[in-house]
Amino acid sequence: MSKAIIESGNVAAAMAVQLARAEVIAAYPITPQTPVTEKLSELITAGRMDAEYVAVESEHSAMAVCIGAASAGVRAFTATSSNGLLYMSEQLHWAAGARLPIVMCVVNRGIGAPWSVWNDHQDAISQRDAGWIQVFAKDHQEIIDMTLKAFRLAELVHIPVMVNYDGYYLSHTYMPFEPPDAARVDAFLPAYQYKHALSPERPESLNTVTLPDARLDVNGIKRGGYMDIRHNLHEEMGMAIEVWEEIDREFQGHFGRGGAPVLDPYRCDDADTVIVAMGTMANQFRVVVDRLRQDDGIRAGVLALQMYRPFPGSRIAEALQSARHVLVYEKGLSYGNQGALYADIKSALYPYPSRPQLHNFIVGLGGREIPTESLYQTTRAACTEDRMRPPAQSDAPQWIGLQL
Amino acid sequence: MPDPRFKILTSASTSGPGDAGRTGSWRVERPVIDMSRCIPAKTGKHACHLCWLLCPDNVVSKDIEPEIDLEYCKGCGICAEECPVQAIEMVPDADFIEGAERE
Amino acid sequence: MQKTNDQIIQIRWHGRGGQGAITAAKVVAEAAFRSGYGGAVMAPTFGTERRGAPVTTSLKISRSKIYDLSPITTPDIVVVLDHMILHEVDVTAGLKPGGWIIMNSPRPAEEHAFPGYRTAVANATRLGVEAGLRKGVVNTGIIGALERASGLVGIDRLAETIAAEFAGRNPEANALAARLVYDATLIYDNQTGGSPDA
Repeated sequence: MSKAIIESGNVAAAMAVQLARAEVIAAYPITPQTPVTEKLSELITAGRMDAEYVAVESEHSAMAVCIGAASAGVRAFTATSSNGLLYMSEQLHWAAGARLPIVMCVVNRGIGAPWSVWNDHQDAISQRDAGWIQVFAKDHQEIIDMTLKAFRLAELVHIPVMVNYDGYYLSHTYMPFEPPDAARVDAFLPAYQYKHALSPERPESLNTVTLPDARLDVNGIKRGGYMDIRHNLHEEMGMAIEVWEEIDREFQGHFGRGGAPVLDPYRCDDADTVIVAMGTMANQFRVVVDRLRQDDGIRAGVLALQMYRPFPGSRIAEALQSARHVLVYEKGLSYGNQGALYADIKSALYPYPSRPQLHNFIVGLGGREIPTESLYQTTRAACTEDRMRPPAQSDAPQWIGLQL
Repeated sequence: MPDPRFKILTSASTSGPGDAGRTGSWRVERPVIDMSRCIPAKTGKHACHLCWLLCPDNVVSKDIEPEIDLEYCKGCGICAEECPVQAIEMVPDADFIEGAERE
Repeated sequence: MQKTNDQIIQIRWHGRGGQGAITAAKVVAEAAFRSGYGGAVMAPTFGTERRGAPVTTSLKISRSKIYDLSPITTPDIVVVLDHMILHEVDVTAGLKPGGWIIMNSPRPAEEHAFPGYRTAVANATRLGVEAGLRKGVVNTGIIGALERASGLVGIDRLAETIAAEFAGRNPEANALAARLVYDATLIYDNQTGGSPDA
């Protein structure tokens, strides 16, 4: 860690974008993302980064500019949070359907109303079906490494990638991390080339009204209809999990870090109680797991989910086959149903022979503090619970830390 | 460069007549050119050709006497609107159906 | 093997928005990291800050990587950049028994006697001016008092780190302020004592 520095998570993200040699940055400031955009504009103004910074009037325009840039074969980046992400939602679906390799950092924050600037995962969860790849970082090293890997993934599979990290817990917190060597990054991440890049030499119609049925184009070549294009997006998104793992191995070869790109298990090998969580909370649970093992003799482990979309369902189900209790803690939910991640995990387990007892916990919405002690108490209570609760009751999420 | 295992199917194609399918079936009115007023037809020179330039489906030919490919002309009327000498009239397609009578 | 929460040194900084508590905590994090503490995590108050209003910053230091980023609730040390904050904030909230209160104050240490705690006091405001800083710059000076009480990383390394952090912004004076405060800090141990006289 000799080359390590201590900086904020937002600076780690900006450094990754600088190292990735992104050529167009279009962003609109919003707390807690703002320092990312400030740092990038500072780097460009100081001549330390050769990129065009487009100051836009909204997040919708920010994504529109990235779509234009990526269509022209240019490496594009933006960042946002919360309502800003929702404001660009229409363009998110467009970028995915157009298969443009845009990378975006989402500094996770609660969604208004009521207005909140604090952390949860509702912004990202609300966009899980937009056709973007979604990954979640747990610390600054992961922010910088994951953002670099995200550019590589996006450009290999031509699906946009959203790198999520917790607002404040990471964005405004300072901790040590090692910025990758610039020359090695250049070797790891070659320049972006796009065969459909806009060019006056080769005019093309892009994403015009696309008929329900496949058709022959003017050159007699069969062109997929809307459903075919969307089917391939789905199929290839699933295939992206493996590519993400390959990229991680390549990254490890260059920089010596990685090894858990999809699932990051901690003390799960012999665990009969497994906690599943995303982002910083998964790391916080490591402390809880240690205490449960030491003080209570509970064989607990935590499974950090690094990639949420595409959903690595079979990998998760297999990882949970020997668990008796699976506890899903999450900072977002599908209102009127249950935690989004919980529902995904439950559905992933259905085809498998072993179905552990599942528990769903909703925590930390809008920045409600998540004391480590309450994670410990609720985990211990859930996994020492002997009697089975009635199905409807056991399936309902438990809200932790309510002050009603 | 994209991974060769990925097809990356998008809606991208060479622009031209038929790029959006058999759009002629969309038509309600068709453009009819009065060659006695049309600039290239009247002068016998390659001039104007605004209908060729502005047609969104590339169905107007760049000829001295422009021709319209009715297989793909969707009848949008842009050519009639843009013609500087009002040589193009939009006429209901129904008038061209055999046996149809116009009141 | 994972270190538990108990092995993390938790330092809570109390200052006013704009006073530089974040920068001071960052300097200490940096110096601690350079001297072999693999875990150094500094987090400002989550959310919004106003210039002049009381703010806190959390600093956690550990020999190994820190996984728990939740805010500090049971500090080992609290650092108070402005003694007037004592009227507005309970700086001892959650402070562990025998914990340290590091304070910038013109008054003698025994006047800041908190039962069950140890106090380290220096007039960082006056010493900052003596070091050549603008009046009111106290964030670098107070680092000297923290070091005097805690012996965490050594004053030389702190002075070096301060000079590097303030490159182009009066580095020598800022480093000197920490050294002057380090030398002038007075300690009052009231771990077994009662309430100070009113």
